[in-house]
Amino acid sequence: MSARRPTPLLALFLRDMQLAWAGGGGPLLAGAFYLGVAALVPLSAGPSPERLAAMAPGLAWLVLAVASLLSLERLFEPDWEDGALDLLAQGRAPLAAVAAVKAAAHWCATGAPLALLAPAAAVALGAPVRIAGPMLAAALLGGLAFAYLGAIGAALSLGARRGGLLIAVLVLPLLVPPVIFGAAAVEAAALGGPWLPSLALLAAYALLAVAAAPFAAGAGLRNALG
Amino acid sequence: MLTVLANPARFMAVSRPLVPVLGAATALLLAVGTWLSFTAPPDYQQGNSVRMMFVHVPAAYMGLFAYACMGGASFAGLVWRHALADAAAKAAAPLGAGFTFLALVTGSLWGKPMWGAWWVWDARLTSVLVLFLLYLGYLALHAAVEDETRAARAAAVLALAGLINLPVVKFSVDWWNTLHQPASLLRADGPSVAPEILAPLLVMSLAYTCLFGVLWLVRTRAEVWRRRAHSVRRAPAMRATLTPEAA
Repeated sequence: MSARRPTPLLALFLRDMQLAWAGGGGPLLAGAFYLGVAALVPLSAGPSPERLAAMAPGLAWLVLAVASLLSLERLFEPDWEDGALDLLAQGRAPLAAVAAVKAAAHWCATGAPLALLAPAAAVALGAPVRIAGPMLAAALLGGLAFAYLGAIGAALSLGARRGGLLIAVLVLPLLVPPVIFGAAAVEAAALGGPWLPSLALLAAYALLAVAAAPFAAGAGLRNALG
Repeated sequence: MLTVLANPARFMAVSRPLVPVLGAATALLLAVGTWLSFTAPPDYQQGNSVRMMFVHVPAAYMGLFAYACMGGASFAGLVWRHALADAAAKAAAPLGAGFTFLALVTGSLWGKPMWGAWWVWDARLTSVLVLFLLYLGYLALHAAVEDETRAARAAAVLALAGLINLPVVKFSVDWWNTLHQPASLLRADGPSVAPEILAPLLVMSLAYTCLFGVLWLVRTRAEVWRRRAHSVRRAPAMRATLTPEAA
């Protein structure tokens, strides 16, 4: 064998990235949803610039959390349906590592593009331009937490009836800390205050999610395979 | 102790006489607590509304206590695969959700005359609401998965994830609240509660704990019975599929 073959987990990561971008550009769909909901905000809250500017950072952040929930349903389900998950379970890598890699690929494919949109949406709603940097950082870190916490919900609701809505109900209470920390960072940046402490807390929470959530998600996958 | 009770037959034998005893204790404590609640002097600030606390505080405490029980049973069910632990966790969830809901409703009823609002986005209210949502997620997941053992295991993983997340939620919500406004609304006056108020509060807390205990036992026993009835009902069909020529 001449060319070095990638390790199984790396191959899984690359495969998931390719699948995410193949056929219809899945990440773009989440981005379109994000922009669509952001466009509804001025329509429902009124076009008054002062009012919008006051709400813009928080709303851009909230819509980001909701948009990242939507794509979770297809995180494990296709692999579970076509039997790829059974093959992955028979591999040497534990299912927790499989869950971690798939969540990481999900974040790269969906979370990161959404994070790029977040500052644009916030500024379009009337937030000051100086929040763009903190907003991007918060959206990247928050998206990481959303992806890994979401993986728990996606794995646990495999094979359940009403999958999509169920994932949202399972995951939303878990999202309280990252939403609070991220919104605080963005809010502080909008007011010109110190936003790094909140961002550090958000980063801590995201790292905790990355470290702990794969075990719960892996247990959920094992359980779904039975 | 726990391993002895893990045998369902032994659990059923031990819990059978326990139910009427605990039930009688609950009735007695509730009666005494209610009497104390109504005879306690009105608070110098809250007036008669303080009596709401005798229903509200124990309910909030039981909401948390039930989640801890559910988490413990889920852990036992996941690690040692005791079917009884699964039954106990499943039995505790609706009770905890009920107590949490009661705490939210009574708190809202108390808040209207005291704060002038049915609901305030205070840290403690928000974290209790999140606790209620965690219960709802648990119940929804349990109901949505068809297979019994599979539902129990998935729900147990969720319960443990929620258990780990709950202190972080509490911290973050406290932090969020103090960031926006000083914590001034919900002060429990620390230990400086007058003894006339403290007595009914303690008796009612004890009564609620016993109430939860007896309901939990009854529900767990009912769950064991339900599973037995299920397997008895399924037995002829199983026999028929195993030996088709006998049919």
